[in-house]
Amino acid sequence: MPLELNLNLASFTEKHRAVPLQPNTIYDVLILGGGPAALAAAVYCMRKGVKTGLISKDIGGQVIETAGIENYIGYKYIEGRELVDKFRDQVKQFEIGYSEGLKATSITSDNIKKVYLEDGNFYQVKALVIATGKSSRKLNVPGEKKLTGKGVAYCAICDAPLFAGKRVAVVGGGNSGIEAAIDLAKVAEYVTLIQFRDKLTGDKVLIDRLDIFNNVTILLEHEVLEINGTEKVESIVVKDRKSDEKKQIDAQGVFIEIGLIPNTDFVKGIVELNQYGEIKVDCACRTNVPGIFAAGDVTSVPFKQIVIAAGEGAKAALSACDYVLKV
Amino acid sequence: MPLFDEKKKKELGDILKELENDVTIVYFTQEFECNTCKDTKSLLKEIAGLSDKINLDIYDFQKDSEKTKEYGIDKIPAIAILDSKNFDPGIRFYGIPAGYEINSFIKNLLEVSGKREALPENIKKRIDSIKKDIHIQVFVTLVCPYCPSAVMTAHRLALESDKIKADMVESSTFTHLALKYSVTGVPKIIINEKHDLVGAQPIDKFLDVIEKI
Repeated sequence: MPLELNLNLASFTEKHRAVPLQPNTIYDVLILGGGPAALAAAVYCMRKGVKTGLISKDIGGQVIETAGIENYIGYKYIEGRELVDKFRDQVKQFEIGYSEGLKATSITSDNIKKVYLEDGNFYQVKALVIATGKSSRKLNVPGEKKLTGKGVAYCAICDAPLFAGKRVAVVGGGNSGIEAAIDLAKVAEYVTLIQFRDKLTGDKVLIDRLDIFNNVTILLEHEVLEINGTEKVESIVVKDRKSDEKKQIDAQGVFIEIGLIPNTDFVKGIVELNQYGEIKVDCACRTNVPGIFAAGDVTSVPFKQIVIAAGEGAKAALSACDYVLKV
Repeated sequence: MPLFDEKKKKELGDILKELENDVTIVYFTQEFECNTCKDTKSLLKEIAGLSDKINLDIYDFQKDSEKTKEYGIDKIPAIAILDSKNFDPGIRFYGIPAGYEINSFIKNLLEVSGKREALPENIKKRIDSIKKDIHIQVFVTLVCPYCPSAVMTAHRLALESDKIKADMVESSTFTHLALKYSVTGVPKIIINEKHDLVGAQPIDKFLDVIEKI
C-alpha cells in the first residue's frame, strides 16, 4: 500500500497577517463561527475595508470532517481538510482580528453589541454576523455523556482505526451514518447499523457501497435505549419499534450519526429562532434584531450545503457592511 | 520506489527552504525492522535529502543502547528533532509521521530550526512559570485531520520549556498504549499519565491542565 501523505501546502507557504482581537476596540463587524459561511463573510468584510474580527471555537466546521467533496464548484474533487485550509488561508492573508479556540457564550443586542466568550472576556461591535453552524445531535440516552470519548464517538473518519478488529455500532441510517458504517466495516470485526426509520435514507450510491461488506448488519426500525459500560463502552441496548422487543448488542464503539442541531444556545432570547432552533433570517440575512445578521447552517435557509453557506456568508457580510455605513 | 513524486518533492523542498538553521533528525529503528520502521526510514531519508540543513542520524534501538538511553526512547519507530547546537528540546514522534502528521513533522522541523511565530506575551509568561516536569503524550491516527494541531501545540510547549517533553503517539502502531490510556477517540492528550484532554485543544487549555499539576 502506498504511503499516504496529506501535506497541507498552503499552511506553510501562505503568509498569515491575522492579529489577536482587541478588547478595547469597537469593531465594525464581528463574525462568529469558523465554517464556510463565517470564512466567506470574513473575506468579504475585509475586502470592504471595515474593521473586522472573527471568533470561533474551531476552523472548518463540518467541512473538516467531510472526506471528499465533489459539489463545491471549481473543484471536481477536494478533501474537506484541504478546502478548509484554503478558506483559512484566504481569510488570514488579511490583518483581521482573529480568535480561535474559544466559544461565544452570550451576546447583547444594543447599538454597540457585546460578545462574551467562555474565558469571560468580551468584545464590542456595531454589526454581528452569526455563522456558528450546527453540531452533532446527541442521542440523549443513559450512558452517552459519561462514555463520550470512551467509545462513544462522533468522528468516524478520525477514530475508525482505533476500532480495528472490534465490534461497533453506528446509529443513524442517513448519509453520514452509512459513510461511517463503510469506514468502520473496512477495519472493524463487525458493524451493526441502527436506523430508527423503516429504511435507510442515505443516497443509493452509498447504500450500494455498504452492501458489499458481509460484516455489517442493518437493524431497521430500532432505537437505542442505553449505552452500557463502566470505563469503556461494552454494549448497547436497542428496542425493536414494531415488536417492542429489547436486546443487548456487544459493542466497544458507538458512532452517533443522527443529524445535526444548530448552535444557537448563546443567542436564545436575543434573536428569533424557528421551530428547529435555527435563526430566522430574511433574504438579506437580517435577523429580527437590527445589526445582527446570520448565515449558513445555523439559519432557517433551506439546503445545508457548503456552496450555499459560503454564498450566504458573503451576503450576510455585505448586509452587515451596509448597516455599518448607515449607522 | 520513491515516496515523493517530482511535484511533492518540489513542494516540500520549497517549504524546507524556510529552515533557518540546521536541524538533526534522530531516528531509532532496529536490524529486523518493525512493521512501519522501514517506511519511516524511507520517509525520513527522502525528507533529509530535500535540504542541506537537515541531518539524519539513524540508530539501532537494541545495539545503540547508549543512545536509546540518552534520548529516553522506549519504543520504535521513534524520532527526535535536535536544533543546530544538537540540543534536544524534548520533541518525539513515536510512529511514522505520515498521513496528516506529515504536517506536524514538517512544521516541527521549521520550528526547531528557529522559524516560529512569537507566542502571545501572557502565554509565554505562563509557560515560563512552569516548574514541574511535564510529559505530554498526544495520541493520534494518521487519518485524523484535527490531530496535527494538537501535536504541534504539545511540541511547541516542549520547544518553549525545558520542563516539558512531548510525544506524538500513533495509536495504530502502539495499540497497547492506546489500550492502556483508553484511547477511543483522537486526538487524546495524556499529561503526566493521569490527566487527559480530548480533542484538538488550544494552548491555553493545555496550560490550564499543566498549571493544576
